Amino acid sequence: MISSIIREQFPILNQEINGHPLVYLDSAATSQKPRQVIDAVKSYYEWDNANVHRGVHTLGSRATDAYEGAREKLKNFINARSTKEIIFTRGTTTALNIVASSYGPSVLREGDEIVITQMEHHSNFIPWQQLAKKTGATLKFLPLQKDGTITLEDAEKTITAQTKIVAIAYVSNVMGVTHPVKELAAIAHRHGAVIVVDGAQSTPHMKVDMQELDCDFYALSGHKMLAPTGIGALYGKKALLEAMEPVEFGGEMIDDVGLYESTWKELPWKFEGGTPIIAGAVGLGAAIDFLQEVGMDHIHRHEMQLAAYAEQRLSEISDLTIYGPRNRQVGVVTFNLGDVHPHDVATVLDAEGVAVRAGHHCCQPLMRWLEVSSTARASFYLYNTEQDVDLLVQALIKAKEYFSYELG
Amino acid sequence: MNLDDLYRRVIMDHYKNPRNRGSFEDDALKIELNNPTCGDRITLQLKVEDGVVQDARFSGEGCSISMSSASMMTEAVKGQTIAHALEMADSFSSLMKGEEADFGDYEDIEALSGVNKFPARIKCATLAWNALRKGIDTKEAQQ
Repeated sequence: MISSIIREQFPILNQEINGHPLVYLDSAATSQKPRQVIDAVKSYYEWDNANVHRGVHTLGSRATDAYEGAREKLKNFINARSTKEIIFTRGTTTALNIVASSYGPSVLREGDEIVITQMEHHSNFIPWQQLAKKTGATLKFLPLQKDGTITLEDAEKTITAQTKIVAIAYVSNVMGVTHPVKELAAIAHRHGAVIVVDGAQSTPHMKVDMQELDCDFYALSGHKMLAPTGIGALYGKKALLEAMEPVEFGGEMIDDVGLYESTWKELPWKFEGGTPIIAGAVGLGAAIDFLQEVGMDHIHRHEMQLAAYAEQRLSEISDLTIYGPRNRQVGVVTFNLGDVHPHDVATVLDAEGVAVRAGHHCCQPLMRWLEVSSTARASFYLYNTEQDVDLLVQALIKAKEYFSYELG
Repeated sequence: MNLDDLYRRVIMDHYKNPRNRGSFEDDALKIELNNPTCGDRITLQLKVEDGVVQDARFSGEGCSISMSSASMMTEAVKGQTIAHALEMADSFSSLMKGEEADFGDYEDIEALSGVNKFPARIKCATLAWNALRKGIDTKEAQQ
């Protein structure tokens, strides 16, 4: 199990909220940051800050080394073949939008298909919906089983010779479902389609390997994996990225600029117009170091144990509905408490120091599929403990009593 | 943090026994408004004649604060002139800022004053009043 030594690395967790110790169960929204990451960002600004890829001076070299060093770390972390395949972005949303707006129109003709699921986060949903509208392509949905999983038999039927793009989350931010991305990639490739993977909820919590998954594009966010907000990445296979047009034009991304024609830098800088989020990349590098010191397998095991414990403890509360599959593979548990609205649940939990998400989790189509307007969600990370689960359960029992009293 | 400031009995009564919940069959003025950050939705219908809100009904889904506020709002504005209904909307904004506000004979609304201490919940309470403003704007634009 994760020891208190890890927890102590996160200064923010050492505080009281409304007179109770903070129990942070909203890491699927954003993770907390360890001292090591905060210090790396601070130290960058105190010692190395300069613009990248241009300065002849010492600080310019240090900033460039730090920025490109972070790219190297991320490349190794997700096992890409080359740093040319790692484009820094603002986050997962930007990364997916680059694929939808640059790659999408270059391959889609009227009558072609984009295959997604109804479970996608809005960031892996709306770009494809809009791309379909713009190109006349058809948006198709992989059928969902009752527990939110998909089957490969359905995938074989849904993905056809007309399919050009398959886009799916590796791990759902609501249902705690892990999708068989490697198998889906093989099916997509057999039909000549590419697969785009939303890795926002998988990268922070488990070992991911681009070469093994054989996905064509993969998007991730730093802030969900201990790094600052504002930094993320798009992984793409080199041949695909090389054929794509840049999305943003400006400084940093040009090779030669003429009055009427310009040419672009090589990968990955072709897609990084403007001064990048250098300190964010430095923070991401430090976060990757931290995650690797703890070990991704260790983190994944810890979260699965916590999720199993949470499922068991939560099922002791009558009137509580848990959504998603049994024996989940990730530390996300989504639930509702009787007919008490999740906002009201979350407010009572907050009064007890327990932070959970309440709402539609940027998944309105999924909420409609579940036939609920919203849910509450507890999500775990490496700094959470069984005691956090116990405090959640205790607070939920209070919420239940409170509202039954109020309604009595 | 005292939860009883937020969840007063009168609020829970409006939540569990909403007034004016439903819809008109005829073509009354209809306003749909969402709270995109949290998923609350309200459909408000108003019957406005001769500058007076003759009747109001609402449907939708949301937390106890948003739905009880909608129930109270429809009660409060029924029979009021448009000008007075807008004054009440302004009073409600003041209430959410923690300022004194007067709703005349309709005191139930003051039970929502505690929402002011829960900043994350203010947008729940104001949803119905924003729908009212939007409806009155639409009505006035038609004329």
